[in-house]
Amino acid sequence: MKIITPNIDLHLLDLLETVSDPEIPVLSVLDLGVIREAKEVEGVIKIKLTPTYSGCPAMDVIGEDLEKAFAEIGKKTEVELVLAPAWTTDWISEAGKRKMEEYGIAAPLEETADKDALLGNKKLVKCTNCGSKNTRLVSQFGSTACKALFKCDDCQEPFDYFKCLK
Amino acid sequence: MQNKNLFHYILGIADNSLILGQRLGELCGHGPSLETDIACTNISLDLIGQTRSYYQYAAKISEEDKTEDDIAFLRLEREYKNVLLVEQPNKHFGYVMGRQFLFDVYHLMLMQELQNSKDETLVAIAKKGIKEVSYHKRFSTDWVKRLGDGTEESNQKMQEAIDGLWRYTDELFQLTDADKAMVELGVGVDVSKFKEAYYTEVTEVLKEANLTIPESKYFTSGGKKGVHSEHMGYLLSDLQYMQRTYPNMKW
Repeated sequence: MKIITPNIDLHLLDLLETVSDPEIPVLSVLDLGVIREAKEVEGVIKIKLTPTYSGCPAMDVIGEDLEKAFAEIGKKTEVELVLAPAWTTDWISEAGKRKMEEYGIAAPLEETADKDALLGNKKLVKCTNCGSKNTRLVSQFGSTACKALFKCDDCQEPFDYFKCLK
Repeated sequence: MQNKNLFHYILGIADNSLILGQRLGELCGHGPSLETDIACTNISLDLIGQTRSYYQYAAKISEEDKTEDDIAFLRLEREYKNVLLVEQPNKHFGYVMGRQFLFDVYHLMLMQELQNSKDETLVAIAKKGIKEVSYHKRFSTDWVKRLGDGTEESNQKMQEAIDGLWRYTDELFQLTDADKAMVELGVGVDVSKFKEAYYTEVTEVLKEANLTIPESKYFTSGGKKGVHSEHMGYLLSDLQYMQRTYPNMKW
């Protein structure tokens, strides 16, 4: 597995950490791994942002939020959308996965397990409410493009599962 | 000239995604169940997202001063180069899934080939698209099997859809002049090459779904040349309404 570490100027990290995904507010853009580069060049913050899914409407909002966040400290921002390399759920940080689970969204499994879970071959997705793995897929597509809808057969609660994307 | 060919080549791919995305978007709030409604609109969103990447690229290389919105909203019917298949109306859910399945199998093969293009931007869009399109195909294939192998009525409706849409499949594999020029440069994909693989895959699924493979050799085409079916005008009047009514409006 190739992990591509984003190229981010250290002094920008704190502020980037304050910008969150509008759909999953507990995740910062850093947790999500969508910032691929952030550099200060002659006083201008240049950011390369990659979409999770091609049509993800959160991207426009994230771009605006980044501009706003840096405007508050008097910095100009240039946000560029880059497609390659394509985003993968491997780029979500461990802290991000934990926060996601606490928020009520099951974090992505690894690729094979994800397929087994989505095809209903094995029960692998853990219910975010009671922790049981006695869960099943209700819908391949959930409230946003990146999620599928699951239901727990023990506590009967429905919950979102963040699909593995590789 | 080369840019012009590339421009038309990009539109040839992108227009399919735009028009199919629009068709699926029509189901927003009208799907047969909440889950399928959300699924169709999610697929629509992916397709329109891909379209934006293509149109932004097309606008960038265009010799005229165009934006992605101009390309999406301000062309005349004849200037859209999508295949006839994707503009066919949402007659019923079986029809929607049949159309999606027949397109997804093709779309995934196209994306897989486009990954080897000499054009970096197209490669990036394809690599991103593959992940999404594989998922679309899984969804539509499931439904074709489920409906085909379901009740007597669902089987009959699925069969009706496949019979009705079959005639549009051949056009997917026809090459326009722009396509040919781009294939020659190693930028475009020679879609005729995977025609056989396409029909093999489609046939296997249809068999598994207890559906009869249409035998008709009558195929129709025209969309790639801008000659569309009667449904296209209605679709465009919806799609273009805002830009035509309030020219240059922005979100």
